[in-house]
Amino acid sequence: MRWWLCLILMLLPFSAKAEEVVLGLSKDKVAITTSFDGSEILIFGAVKREEPIPTNAPLEVVITVAGPSEPVLVRRKAYRYGIWVNVDFVEVDSAPEFYAVATSGPLDEVLSNVEDLREKITIDRAIRSVGAPSSIQDAGSFTDAIIRIRSEAELYQTLEGQVALDQQTLFRTSIKMPANLTEGDYVTRIFLTRSGEIVADYETSIDVRKVGLERWLFSLSREKPMWYGLMSLAIAIAAGWGASAVFRLLRNT
Amino acid sequence: MQIYLPIAEVSVNAFLLLGLGGLVGILSGMFGVGGGFLMTPLLFFIGIPPAVAVATEANQIVASSFSGVLAHFRRKTVDLKMGFVLLIGGLVGAALGVIVFNYLKSVGQVDLLVRLCYVVFLGIIGGLMFIESLRAIRKTHKAGGVTPVTRRQRNWVHALPFKMRFRTSGLYISAIPPLIVGVLVGILAAIMGVGGGFIMVPAMIYILGMPTKVVVGTSLFQIIFVTAFTTMLHATTNFTVDIVLAVLLLVGGVIGAQIGTQIGLRMKAEQLRVLLALMVLIVCGKLATDLLLEPSELYSLGVGGGH
Repeated sequence: MRWWLCLILMLLPFSAKAEEVVLGLSKDKVAITTSFDGSEILIFGAVKREEPIPTNAPLEVVITVAGPSEPVLVRRKAYRYGIWVNVDFVEVDSAPEFYAVATSGPLDEVLSNVEDLREKITIDRAIRSVGAPSSIQDAGSFTDAIIRIRSEAELYQTLEGQVALDQQTLFRTSIKMPANLTEGDYVTRIFLTRSGEIVADYETSIDVRKVGLERWLFSLSREKPMWYGLMSLAIAIAAGWGASAVFRLLRNT
Repeated sequence: MQIYLPIAEVSVNAFLLLGLGGLVGILSGMFGVGGGFLMTPLLFFIGIPPAVAVATEANQIVASSFSGVLAHFRRKTVDLKMGFVLLIGGLVGAALGVIVFNYLKSVGQVDLLVRLCYVVFLGIIGGLMFIESLRAIRKTHKAGGVTPVTRRQRNWVHALPFKMRFRTSGLYISAIPPLIVGVLVGILAAIMGVGGGFIMVPAMIYILGMPTKVVVGTSLFQIIFVTAFTTMLHATTNFTVDIVLAVLLLVGGVIGAQIGTQIGLRMKAEQLRVLLALMVLIVCGKLATDLLLEPSELYSLGVGGGH
């Protein structure tokens, strides 16, 4: 809460813009527990302005939530020597593990191409692919494959028209996060646009973390792998012995 | 009931995992195979990342094999001396296997080679066992239900030096063949991410000439140590052992293994072999069709940054 205030105080002297975003999140932390089965986050807010609502063009809202970006190795199979094998691969420099973009209207209407390119808002733009090997002519189909595969897993979502906007002032949307999330800071950005141009933006992050047993096991496996391995073996042997003993008791009675 | 796996970073149904564990456990107890050759592909199928599936499976095999071997120890169907000889070979083989695996990884195409290994080995072993055991069953039927006592043939195995007496197996053979079998199984186990029982069991029967009843317990005994070694290697180098996944699989697995051992003891050796052969052939067929038919998704995603 305190840095929130600090941030607002810091921003105040520079807030020369006519319109500003005031944001609320239903939660700014997602705790991955043992029973974690996905999460739904409600993103809501209001547009703050000192002046009357501009009438030149209607206000539109674009909201993006992006998980941590990692390089991805995309492989493609081809028919060789009678079997299907991985032949070509392209390393995509950076692709988010999770990406959702929600808008208050059709994407091509609420956002101009120039702004999309500059702020990297749509999924295609959020994936960065610098160079494919010269042997591969259709590098684009590899990035398409990432989008296709991750969209099927609901990791990539394009939610056109899913942001509800009232009186050009209040907006809200909900983003569903699937169960197979990875840890990290999920950067949440809100853009206000008029006739495709961005008039205001706001950025915050949602903290996705493993907690409790999940956290403990994960840390142990990275920091003390030897102990973690021995613990795994001890549990395995105890379980094996236990089952054997129980079954013997069952048979003898 | 969905449960989130901390290392695999996916959410899966806990009862599905318990069920899979139980099913594979029964087979493990019946045939003395770790069940890895069946469980690892099944785990891929339900969406566990391959690296995690292979490493965690090794840990689960430790549990089901330990549970199974205790039952065999009580029945004195474990040849400890033979087990130790196989184990020495197995550990050497596993270490060699990891080196081979890392080499293939640096060349690329490791997935394909693992798959081809599966298809070739499962195909050869399944086919040979199936034909042989069908012949054995037919022979038994002709003899009016009485199993004829077959003299073990004296083959090249008996001509080698360093002879040792394996009392439980009733064998007096050289220590070299079991060592070689151990090394080969160890290599394959490390590359294919399995215990190796499905290769070792037939090797013990057909190459070493051990009695079937002793083969299962001895194979389980050796598998425990080789898979424990593999688990430690994976846990310390790749951090891919998921303990929550392992616990769920092994709870089902150890119970299944106990049931399986009981079933195995009530069945005739030939029937057991036909069933194992059929199962090996089914898995082989499934993997072969994956290679032969056009996949619905040509692209696959992997972790980048490794080049």
